[in-house]
Amino acid sequence: MSALTDLSLDEARKGLARKDFSARELTRACLDRIAAATPLNGFITVAAERALAMADAADARLSAGEGGLLEGVPLAVKDLFCTQGVLTTAGSHILDGFVPPYESTVTANLWRAGAVLLGKTNLDEFAMGSSNETSYYGPAVSPWRAAGSEERLVPGGSSGGSAVAVAARLAAGALGTDTGGSIRQPAALTGTVGLKPTYGRCSRWGIVAFASSLDQAGPMTRTVTDAALLLRAMAGHDPKDSTSVNRPVPDYVKALDGGLKGLKVGLPKEYRADGMSPEIEALWARGADWLRAQGAEVREVSLPRTRYALAAYYIIAPAEASSNLARYDGVRFGLRVPGRDPTEMYENTRGEGFGTEVKRRILIGTYALSAGYYDAYYARAQKVRTLIARDFEAAFETVDVLLTPTTPGPAFGIGAKTNDPLTMYLNDVFTVTVNLAGLPGISVPAGLDASGLPLGLQLIGKPFAEDELLRVAARLEEAAGFSARPQEWWTA
Amino acid sequence: MSVDEGTVRRVAKLARLRLIEAEVAPLARELSGILAWVEQLGELDVSDVPPMTGVGASLKRRADQVTEGGLAEEVLRNAPHAEDGFFTVPKVVE
Repeated sequence: MSALTDLSLDEARKGLARKDFSARELTRACLDRIAAATPLNGFITVAAERALAMADAADARLSAGEGGLLEGVPLAVKDLFCTQGVLTTAGSHILDGFVPPYESTVTANLWRAGAVLLGKTNLDEFAMGSSNETSYYGPAVSPWRAAGSEERLVPGGSSGGSAVAVAARLAAGALGTDTGGSIRQPAALTGTVGLKPTYGRCSRWGIVAFASSLDQAGPMTRTVTDAALLLRAMAGHDPKDSTSVNRPVPDYVKALDGGLKGLKVGLPKEYRADGMSPEIEALWARGADWLRAQGAEVREVSLPRTRYALAAYYIIAPAEASSNLARYDGVRFGLRVPGRDPTEMYENTRGEGFGTEVKRRILIGTYALSAGYYDAYYARAQKVRTLIARDFEAAFETVDVLLTPTTPGPAFGIGAKTNDPLTMYLNDVFTVTVNLAGLPGISVPAGLDASGLPLGLQLIGKPFAEDELLRVAARLEEAAGFSARPQEWWTA
Repeated sequence: MSVDEGTVRRVAKLARLRLIEAEVAPLARELSGILAWVEQLGELDVSDVPPMTGVGASLKRRADQVTEGGLAEEVLRNAPHAEDGFFTVPKVVE
């Protein structure tokens, strides 16, 4: 029998239900692997004792025949979700020592379904980044390396630690959050599946806020089936989040069955931007062929305002962030750096507690919202957002899903893009539009580049059509047949 | 739009962020770069376009009632400084 940690989430769930192994054995196997993977820096906190206690409780329920959908399944959780009694840092110095007295709704839903919390994963500070390099706790490192190279590569971000945990088989699955691509981009860079649901599908309550009109929680897994399972357990209406939507949660796993005959797939021509690498372009064409071969009708569509999306995003997201991050004042939680009066104490605390990228975004946001600039920047960006959402509405009148590359390229070296914020921002060029429009999007591993690094394809769906999106993703996954896995250089 | 060092200091003051001197010049350069790039939004005619302030239906309302409470101890547990059931801050009035 292969290692327990190699099982997919669905296989693990079924094995647990059959009592092939216990939740304690599976959790122990994950904890051992996590302990041996410290060079990857995927976790900020490992909750070993608590994980084993949760596993024992799951075993008891399984023995009593009361197991939930995810009974005994060990998961890694991005350290942006508040977990009751477990340190929650958002990857920031300013949340030093913060132990939430409450549990986020999404994680509470998972524990109710029987899942086990292994620990909290590394991330860009306050989820602001595309490489996990802005974390106060140091960069997470991709388990992947280019052929013949020992250069350390980024796992993508901001949900970099969760991507590491899934790709290196440290957990059966993981939670991420996605504000501009923070689930899909790291999934693409690590050969894993990452789903950003429709805005409102999962509750944001108890997730440290970055940009509230864009943030959404989602699953990161090794298979599309696993993503369907996790989403089913995560999703649902929550009166504590006024933007959470009250509509039934479909059985996403059942929805995976079925072919693509008659499905209309759009390829947005504006994504074929100047300078797209031939490798990405070829991968995209191959993806279209895979869907066509299964009976889908593939056509070009236009999203004419695509090229303005990143600029609109880098006003809207920082503006919301500057407002959301006003709460870190050294009074109620986390770090306090003394000052002679409250104002100086706020300034000292925030000056020392926030890292460079977070400061940069707070300043951009404060500037864009300040008197005299509000209309020129923030109001204009919100209007451009309307146009971008309208582009998608028009496209979805003629097609059912859109197919695009997830990222402009494969994983890059740690430190390769940290000198210029704009270069880093361009990582999100294919993902950010989806957040602006509030749509669901999923990245599926689709192949390796010439140096042996993973690349992903993204499918974008209509609002709340995660069931259809997952079905198409499952067919794409089968056609791609991605089975590569990283060499385990990190274990001694 | 070029952002000079004075503007960076002024905005940092608004955001209650203490910057060390060495941070100011690079931030002015980076903010200028980002804002110059954002200028491209001016190419679109948005005169008759409503702003998108959120996703989906309008926000729901709920009854304005107390649903939880009496948790002062738990709330204060994460405070860097607390005394007698209160958050404490540096002295405001002499």
